Amino acid sequence: MLEFRKDLFAAERDDNLNIVGKGAQRQDMPGHVTGRSPFFDDHAFEGLLHLKVVRSPHHHARIRAIDTTAAERAPGVKRILRGADVPLNKNTLLSLINFGKDDEPTLAVSKVSYKGEPVVAIIAETEQQALAARALVRVDYDVLPHVFDVEEALKPGAPVVNETYPNNYFEYHDRYDHSKLRFGDVDRAFATADFIVDDRYQMSPIEHAPTETNGSIAAPEQNDRFVVHSCAQGLFFSLGTAAKILKLESNRLHFIGGTVGGGFGGKVDSLTEPLSILGAMMTGQPVRYVLDREEEMLYGSPRGAERIYIKDGILRDGRIVARRIRSYFDAGAYTRLSSYAAIKCTAHLPGPYTIPNVSADIYVAYTNRCPSTAMRGFGITAVDFALEVHMDKGAEACGMDPMEFRILNAYRDEDMKAHRRVAKNTALIECVQVVAEKAGWPLSDEARRQSSLTGGGGARALIPATPIDDNGRIGRPETRTGPATETLPAGAMRIPMTKQPIMEGSAEARPTPAAVPQYEPYRPTPASMPPAYQPMPAAPPPAMPPTAATAPPPAAAPAPAPAQPTQHGAVRFSSVFGTRRR
Amino acid sequence: MARHRGRGMASVNYPIGMNLGGDPSQALIHSNPDGKFTVALSAIDLGQGMKQVTRQVAAETLGVPMEDVYVDTADSDTGPHDMGSFASRGTHRMGNAVIAAAREARGVLLEAAAEELEVNAGDLVTDGRGNIHVKGAPSRSITVKATAQAAQFKQGKTIAGRGIFLIPLSTVDPQTGELNPNTAFAHACLVADVEVDDETGEVTVLKMASAYELGRAINPKMVEQQLVGGAWMGISHALYETPEPYYPDPSHGPRDFNEYLMPGPGDTAPYSVTILERPAPDGPFGGKGPGEMCANPVLPAIANAVYNAVGVRVNDLPITPEKVLRGIKANGGARPQPRRGGGG
Repeated sequence: MLEFRKDLFAAERDDNLNIVGKGAQRQDMPGHVTGRSPFFDDHAFEGLLHLKVVRSPHHHARIRAIDTTAAERAPGVKRILRGADVPLNKNTLLSLINFGKDDEPTLAVSKVSYKGEPVVAIIAETEQQALAARALVRVDYDVLPHVFDVEEALKPGAPVVNETYPNNYFEYHDRYDHSKLRFGDVDRAFATADFIVDDRYQMSPIEHAPTETNGSIAAPEQNDRFVVHSCAQGLFFSLGTAAKILKLESNRLHFIGGTVGGGFGGKVDSLTEPLSILGAMMTGQPVRYVLDREEEMLYGSPRGAERIYIKDGILRDGRIVARRIRSYFDAGAYTRLSSYAAIKCTAHLPGPYTIPNVSADIYVAYTNRCPSTAMRGFGITAVDFALEVHMDKGAEACGMDPMEFRILNAYRDEDMKAHRRVAKNTALIECVQVVAEKAGWPLSDEARRQSSLTGGGGARALIPATPIDDNGRIGRPETRTGPATETLPAGAMRIPMTKQPIMEGSAEARPTPAAVPQYEPYRPTPASMPPAYQPMPAAPPPAMPPTAATAPPPAAAPAPAPAQPTQHGAVRFSSVFGTRRR
Repeated sequence: MARHRGRGMASVNYPIGMNLGGDPSQALIHSNPDGKFTVALSAIDLGQGMKQVTRQVAAETLGVPMEDVYVDTADSDTGPHDMGSFASRGTHRMGNAVIAAAREARGVLLEAAAEELEVNAGDLVTDGRGNIHVKGAPSRSITVKATAQAAQFKQGKTIAGRGIFLIPLSTVDPQTGELNPNTAFAHACLVADVEVDDETGEVTVLKMASAYELGRAINPKMVEQQLVGGAWMGISHALYETPEPYYPDPSHGPRDFNEYLMPGPGDTAPYSVTILERPAPDGPFGGKGPGEMCANPVLPAIANAVYNAVGVRVNDLPITPEKVLRGIKANGGARPQPRRGGGG
């Protein structure tokens, strides 16, 4: 059930809109509900070949030899691909935005770092033939010691998972083994706290479990190009990744996708596109590479587990005065997107609360498991679980109701956030108040009177003096603990403010109605003409009453007949457009 | 042996888009000679409704009926660059790109109409139903269709627009983490009511209630779809899902939907959502985006409700019957905590 509280923030909103805010039926719904929407795997090709990969049976092993002679002679096998066939056999996804070092091969060459890592690709005329030939590939391994636990992986002497990052952690700013957040003096604040709440949380890995598994079909197109039917969540992201790995100019690839059977973050990695295109290049025929359900479940990169330690210092009146967080992202064997998740997590801390002293160390650790990747809310979902359970414990420690405790500590407009920027456009307090009312959760009058719009700023807008450190230098684990090297003075800012786009018609934090075209509701007679633009939040335009939210979309708008109906050759263009793929 | 009811809550915010910026989206819009518009994107519709959100934003900005706009995703030959559908960025980033493109196209549309009506383009308004007329004088009007035909065959004008939206890439201070993050934050609070069986350790979610502040619900039906589906995912993350139930031990990997536990139809719960809209200054019509955050408050709210019911803190997800039972045993029995109103 969905309802609105239009009364809240009404002064900041113009509800005099035509179609925005209406629950119109989706453009693609008829295709979806009749099973006719084309997905990547709905494209038939003459002579379609099928690609399957041989995967590592070991968590960590050196490859001594690969023997594909029996597989090459197997029925239907057209081509076998090995690491040496991949033009650039090392990549990291975020190299497209210059973040991180290339660390992951498309096909493993000298060692495997997780169970399920692709080693050899087989292209055959049928899926069954590819699977049969897969069983004939002989790979000799020397099994190496493995490490699964993030904190074990960071200890000196742990097995090296990923040679690009020989210390088993992602390197931040070419300087530190973790991402830092420092705001105020947490140690001093802990000493003033009446209660200390300290705990450890563990997020589980999670499988994306999309209805449509990862896959792609690549085919040689005329004029020396390749067409790729893809389920990528970022079309150009995948195109750019494939072009880099295959050393192709990007305009030789024509990616088609856009309708995807669920992703949840698991289709950002371009797991299949580079190999299916390479297969099409090598065979001159269309190649399909689709993960089966077992591969998707076991090797299709899960949500990464995170281990999170939180320590809060709380005063008797319920105010949180200090929060320290240490967190470990489990990247698995390769970076993929974990490096960015940790940045996102760092910037999210300490959650939607105004806490005057915050410190965080966020690590990305490599372990011998399937590389983790983006998943719905990554960088945030796990830490929100930890923070909000911790908030419940904090409320209990100081004897407060959990909702009152959140309202007391909630961030408000004009408060300084821990990353040294002012909070704007906040609404946490109102969300808590609305739910309390709905759920019959008793709140004090004082809590009910609070507002995100007032009470912030002032002393809460100050950047405190902050001790900073040089702990955790790359390759020097003995520097992980150490004293502060200097204290940044109060108010210190080191990063210039970026020019933030402000959409036309809005002002800092107190937007006038967003820039919208002006509507004059249709009136058949000039006599009843209203003023053109009436920002009356409660009054929707008469043409489309709010009941449209639950009704099916209106039939083609009954536009009045044009004064001079024009009819000429242009009409045939519309029939051409009418056949466009939706 | 008994079943204990418990109630927990959580409140969260969510940063919209890649938080360091540097994640551009582009859009192209053009009209055919009948005044029907095509929006060409390389954005992806994963089922979340990218096509429909941008369709409504384009129609609103152009000032034409929604039925006169179709969105085409995603073809790298025709759709201009977009980073992709992740990080809850679709509505915000692409919505703004579509507004920019639609504004440019609308400018040409009104110029063409002005030429036909022999008035100043600044005096024209659209009625959102396919007509353009002089402000305050609806009898002096022309249809969008007639305008498009005149532009194409008489005036030689392209009713088209290009749009891009970019928040510049921020640097990060290595020692303090200072940065210029994204600017739009959505907010939520959720209460979960559960029942815990102290004999089996099983947790049943009885009902949930939430409030989500999303800037602007561009299509409330799709917001509902996101929030209800995401809440299911939240229950699933909290109580069921994991490919490695004894993490960091990687064994027991499930291979299919028989072995991978997720809530079935009987495990869902009645869910009531209230939408608040505080427009983001940099959002399309103020919109932020409910994409990812819809599961987030569910996990801690359920964990807190389990504690409220039987006094067991499960800090390691998922909250399996095994963990609950071990906790009850360690406590020497269920320890229900104070009730919190509302018939929980």
